[in-house]
Amino acid sequence: MKYQPVIGLEVHVQLKTDTKIFCGCSTQFGAEPNSQTCPVCLGLPGALPVLNKKVVEFAIKAGLSTNCSITPRSIFARKNYFYPDLPKGYQISQFEDPICQHGWLDIKVEGQEPKKIGITRIHMEEDAGKLVHGELSGSGDGSGVDLNRACTPLLEVVSEPDLRTSDEAVSYLKQLHGIVTWLGICDGNMEEGSFRCDANVSVMPIGSEKLGTRAEIKNVNSFKFVKQAIEYEIQRQIDLIEDGGTVIQETRLFDPNSGKTRSMRSKEEAHDYRYFPDPDLVPLVINQEWVERSRQELPELPDKRQQRFIDELGLPLYDAEVLNGSRVLADYFEAGVAAHGNAKLVANWVMGEITRALNDSGTSIEFSPVTPSQLAELLKLVDKGTISGKIAKTVFDEMWKSGKTPGAIVEEHGLVQVSDCSAIEGIIDEIMAANAGQVEEFRGGKEKVFGFFVGQVMKASKGKANPSVVNELLINKLKG
Amino acid sequence: MRLAALIISFLCQKSLNKVRDTSNMNIIEMTIHELHSALKSKKLSSLEATIAILERIKAVEPKVSSFITVTPEQALASAKNADEQIASGHCNLLTGIPLAIKDIFLTEGIRTTCGSRILENFIPPYSATSWEKLRDRGAVLLGKLNQDEFAMGSSNECSAYGVTRNPWDTTCIPGGSSGGSAAAVAAGEAIATLGTDTGGSIRQPASHCGCVGLKPTYGRVSRYGVIAYASSLDQVGPMTRDVADCAAILDAIAGYDPKDSTSVNMPVPDYSASLKEGVKGLKIGLPKEYFIDGLDPDVQKTMTEAIETYRRLGAEFIDISLPHTDYAVATYYLIATAEASSNLARYDGVRFGHRAEAGNLLEMYTKSRSEGFGTEVKRRIMLGTYALSSGYYDAYYVKAQKVRTLIMNDFIKVFNDVDVMLTPVAPTPAFKIGEKINDPLQMYLSDIFTIPVNLAGTCAMSLPAGFSANGLPIGLQLIGKPFDEETILRAGYAFEQATEWHTRKASI
Repeated sequence: MKYQPVIGLEVHVQLKTDTKIFCGCSTQFGAEPNSQTCPVCLGLPGALPVLNKKVVEFAIKAGLSTNCSITPRSIFARKNYFYPDLPKGYQISQFEDPICQHGWLDIKVEGQEPKKIGITRIHMEEDAGKLVHGELSGSGDGSGVDLNRACTPLLEVVSEPDLRTSDEAVSYLKQLHGIVTWLGICDGNMEEGSFRCDANVSVMPIGSEKLGTRAEIKNVNSFKFVKQAIEYEIQRQIDLIEDGGTVIQETRLFDPNSGKTRSMRSKEEAHDYRYFPDPDLVPLVINQEWVERSRQELPELPDKRQQRFIDELGLPLYDAEVLNGSRVLADYFEAGVAAHGNAKLVANWVMGEITRALNDSGTSIEFSPVTPSQLAELLKLVDKGTISGKIAKTVFDEMWKSGKTPGAIVEEHGLVQVSDCSAIEGIIDEIMAANAGQVEEFRGGKEKVFGFFVGQVMKASKGKANPSVVNELLINKLKG
Repeated sequence: MRLAALIISFLCQKSLNKVRDTSNMNIIEMTIHELHSALKSKKLSSLEATIAILERIKAVEPKVSSFITVTPEQALASAKNADEQIASGHCNLLTGIPLAIKDIFLTEGIRTTCGSRILENFIPPYSATSWEKLRDRGAVLLGKLNQDEFAMGSSNECSAYGVTRNPWDTTCIPGGSSGGSAAAVAAGEAIATLGTDTGGSIRQPASHCGCVGLKPTYGRVSRYGVIAYASSLDQVGPMTRDVADCAAILDAIAGYDPKDSTSVNMPVPDYSASLKEGVKGLKIGLPKEYFIDGLDPDVQKTMTEAIETYRRLGAEFIDISLPHTDYAVATYYLIATAEASSNLARYDGVRFGHRAEAGNLLEMYTKSRSEGFGTEVKRRIMLGTYALSSGYYDAYYVKAQKVRTLIMNDFIKVFNDVDVMLTPVAPTPAFKIGEKINDPLQMYLSDIFTIPVNLAGTCAMSLPAGFSANGLPIGLQLIGKPFDEETILRAGYAFEQATEWHTRKASI
């Protein structure tokens, strides 16, 4: 029997706000334990939550960018369970009436038609604190609670079970990751847990209408692990069914070292969270005007921008895709085009020299020592024939190292292109005299030797001779 | 002894004026307004008043037990500070007035127990907004008052710190949960107090102890720093010797607080300004569901006389109906306990409060909570947990919310026709200590007339209206439109001017 896997993802997106979701404490990562706390995020008696408006704005942006409708009146709910990292004994989250509902993303997997993946809901919630076990200063083998992270704002993005393969899951995740970082609402750092994922996986016989029992795999924290975990889990469930067993509803944990998932708790052991509307927070009312204002503030999304690069700037799909790899890269490219005008030329340079230099120096585009306008200035020198394209690469390297303007570098190093015919003719004459044998070969029909002469002339002029002038003069002289 | 020594050490400080003999001034029975004028005219100093009341506390506490914690050091220091303010001409109505507050209000640096063993050693790092507002106006804090644990109770018998006794008859309960707040006012242990009211916890003890108690509209006073019992019902309010004092305290504590999302951002009227406008033409509703056959005859008689008094003053009476009244108690005990089960989850022994010795995490949670919470609190946590649990949520919690809406609609409808409602506060005067403690249902029914007001979210006041044959005070309840505390205060003031019930003092 053949099986059809069915996958749904729940993604936690940590929002890049300065302060927490329900109090004014800083969200800075890595501070002294419990130094960024107050009565509210410590869950002290009498403390009350007050919603951070920025979190709502970020959630609206995320919703609009994933084709969701924004709920006009959304409700916060308490999710009740005991754990030492959860100060109030409940997490403030949303249950019924989350802020964003009924959205979708288009994903593209190589060799497949684009596919629409439904987004059930996006809701706002607070994060829990962190437990630190053993090796604590002063507490021996005990466990400590660090509540700096408690009350940090999260969005939970829940997909429909529309994904069918691990590749589709990864593509969906990358697409979502791209959007939240593009919007500037999440730093996207998966290692620090700013973007983390739980996967719901089940299998059913192909052709079946009835979904199989699902397992929820917790905290798979890289694109690679998501792929591994899903593939392992699909195979595990198939093997289990083939061996005559049944899949049970449970929560499983992925172990990156073994590449396997293992049972964490079964359905029977699952918490009854006893969700109910939080009486400390009033319903969140978002009118159409607020939604429209947020829509105006949205940056152009990667998909749309990519299409515009193709339609309006005439770039090939490949270039448009690469340049939309991140919002800052696309911004850089567009600033370059604005200053220069030739999109394809700027694209070649951004994807070529700039990317190489960034890789070599291990920096990212926002820290590029060569600004888009400086790049445009350099390319204009080529356009005007002041320097050759080849020399431009030398000048670029110097700009990268010294931060000087291209004009200054060209002048300082005497790199102005030589287009003067008599000067080039002199060089050609010398080269031909010194290589009489090759001249004969050419004249005898061996035209390949032409390249040799071009190289020699360029070398003698230290690269400064104008290549098209060289070509024209050389062909005339050789043909004699 | 410690108190006497402290007072003497204070009096020995050279900077202080000589304390005069104030024994003929009857400080302990003064209202805020009376004490204020004595302070302003320099007939009395705040220090003299504070000392007199601390001495009174010392004398009657063995019989009444209104307080969980008395704070003489802080009180004397604030009184001295207030006297300096008064001397330099900065004196508002509350400067130098000795007050006490229910132990549910967080007070920075001062132990706050909420009547529970689980918070026996809890010293809060911040203060409740409502107390801060009083403190910032120069009020002097005498201490923290006894209450039912986590405000769950109608008799003060559920305090982990012993029962407070009714100053009118110490074999009777003072009412609850703000029993300490009511008893302290009645016994001369504070000029006025603050309480909280979730299902009647200000009005019922005010009625039983013969003082004035106001539950403002939900959202009128900040709940920040008030230990939560049932967040959608809890409200802070004054307990005083007369209506004018009640208005004065409300003037100080009412208003929007950015730290409480459920406090309402709308203008606060001057409650003291409109007190004297009378009740001529005021339309008073008498809900038939509140004048039932089982009503205690003394309470019945008190209501009849009160209605007569208002008629004489020119008010009109209209018979009305609040048809969903019967469901209020059941609705309340689902919603309040559901919220409480969640609100009390934070008392887990991890960060503050009582932590039991245990071998693992689950045992630590279980033992800490088993040892820290009393019977009634455990009963309500279990009730509430059940009401919210999967499979029962719709039948209990959701249903209760729907009934709550019906009860609210009853009130909205009635207020189209009347300005205020007049009802009894409780079906009986104060009952005996021990009489109902083993019968939770009977105990719950003692709040039958106060609970609907909390569910509707509106305001209501209890004020002295008579006495039982046994000499126990009986209060009447005036229920107002949402955010219309002005009208019930005005109606209460008119009644008070026409009667002398509020002037009678418990002899203890």
